[in-house]
Amino acid sequence: MGQTFAQKVLARKAGLREVEPGQIVTVQPDKLLTHDNTAAIARIFREIGVEKVARPEISVIVLDHVVPAATEGHARNHQQIREFVREQGIASFYDVGEGICHQVLPEKGHALPGYLIVGSDSHTPTHGAFGAFAAGIGRTEAAAVMATGEIWLMVPHTFRISIEGQLQKEVYAKDIILYIIGELGADGADYRAVEFTGPVVGELTVASRMVLCNMVAEMGAKIGVAEPDDKTRAWLNGRSVAGFQEVFADPDASYERVIEYDVSGLLPQVAKPHTVDNVVPVTEVLGTRIDQAFIGTCTNGRLEDFRVAAQILGGGNIAPNTRLLILPASREVLLAAVAEGTLTELITAGAVVLNPGCGPCLGAHQGVMAPGEVTISTANRNFKGRMGCKEAQVYLASPATVAASARAGEIVDPREFL
Amino acid sequence: MTDSFVFKGRAWVVGDDIDTDMIYHGSYLPLTDPQEMAKHALEYVPGMEDFTDRVQPGDILVAGRNFGSGSSREHAVITLQYNDVAAIVAESFSRIFYRNAVNLGFPILEVAGVTRAVETGDELEVDANTGRICNLTKGTEVQGTPLSGLEKEIMTSGGLFNFLKKDMQTAE
Repeated sequence: MGQTFAQKVLARKAGLREVEPGQIVTVQPDKLLTHDNTAAIARIFREIGVEKVARPEISVIVLDHVVPAATEGHARNHQQIREFVREQGIASFYDVGEGICHQVLPEKGHALPGYLIVGSDSHTPTHGAFGAFAAGIGRTEAAAVMATGEIWLMVPHTFRISIEGQLQKEVYAKDIILYIIGELGADGADYRAVEFTGPVVGELTVASRMVLCNMVAEMGAKIGVAEPDDKTRAWLNGRSVAGFQEVFADPDASYERVIEYDVSGLLPQVAKPHTVDNVVPVTEVLGTRIDQAFIGTCTNGRLEDFRVAAQILGGGNIAPNTRLLILPASREVLLAAVAEGTLTELITAGAVVLNPGCGPCLGAHQGVMAPGEVTISTANRNFKGRMGCKEAQVYLASPATVAASARAGEIVDPREFL
Repeated sequence: MTDSFVFKGRAWVVGDDIDTDMIYHGSYLPLTDPQEMAKHALEYVPGMEDFTDRVQPGDILVAGRNFGSGSSREHAVITLQYNDVAAIVAESFSRIFYRNAVNLGFPILEVAGVTRAVETGDELEVDANTGRICNLTKGTEVQGTPLSGLEKEIMTSGGLFNFLKKDMQTAE
């Protein structure tokens, strides 16, 4: 019997010929990702009583959650992390301003095909867009990985999701994944690995594949993965210093579910407050008044997202009494958007540009909302209180839908701006 | 497992898809003192705003599907632990919450149908060893899936931290 992608990566890492779903294996990850929570992780690490990080070369630390520090507390936290990095000789440290961890890792060559990546952040599956097995973990176990270089993982069952057909104009990867989450539900892929396949995935850019894999966390999945191809190789070319070995599922692998979606007739999708699986076509929420529009995050803060936004704003302005926040996912994205003039267009249209980082997405600073306010966002979560206020509402959509809504001051169908 | 994995307590029943922001809101992430974290448990769960005033040591949280979805924050487990909640019994858990609970030695149990069998205030006996839940108020029983293998070893050691310490001492 053939093996799924998840089985093959985990078997190889565990030094076994094959592994079965449900089996628990102890493996040595290729990368351990941590962010602003590294201070807390370092405290646990010290309590374990180990002097030195077992494998400092696998540790990648990115300050992104609240950057630059919003309060003295955040600043102390960052300070402790910088001290820990120095003390432990961790080379892959990216300080304030470099970007969101899930963008920085691939840019700096830390997310490679066939890699096993664990990260103390729930959106770690993003790196599956590069053919990596990338799963979110908690803090205590991140500290344990620092202490031992190892982690226990359960071999997941796998859903193979094939995306067929031809996307309409102004319909994007974000609409596809919102639709799938709406169909399967917030726990529809709990503990599962999700392999994305089919012609539409092949046509998507690597950045768009990152959108798909990023959001598998919102249906409970352990990992999402897109097979590496020439686009992946071209994206990685010149960035990666390490060698890697691509891993593909066997053609006769056994899947718990095989699901096909024909996206030819798919409309732009919107997740309504307060769960990510509360998904409807944009046509059902037309005219919903908005106060704020937000384009950015590890889901949709890349160059292609800002290009679409600039195109839709088309040299015009955003609506009066509406705020548009732009947050490039990394310094690299920011520089590219500056160089080609996209950012100038957005600023001219009335946007506020925030520094690379997680920003308003988790409600800790920047663009926090007031009671009764409504934001339409390209982020991945719309939980109650997510953007800092229990009595505020967050809608999730593609950059095209968010930009079009910013222009109109209410939720609109981006296809109107074709 | 030992008898210390049998818990008797009052039930608090919450619904499906209780996410990590509802269990422990993101604005409290900078807190590091578990006693401080404990003050914000379930604050964003509708109807549970005064949970921390009313919860008693040994109470048992009963939840629907996908408990703990969302963020990887461990605070979501710690905030309940430090309210002396004895265990969580849910129809299902989100995977990172599940891992965090195991790794922090906090007893959890997946039990299909439990929210139909239990009402808030019912007296429960939860045997994490066998997976059996007795509803002492109603005189009914439901069977769940107990932990096994490495997960059980970590849980019974009191969490990954103690498990590793034990492991390292053995190695020495």
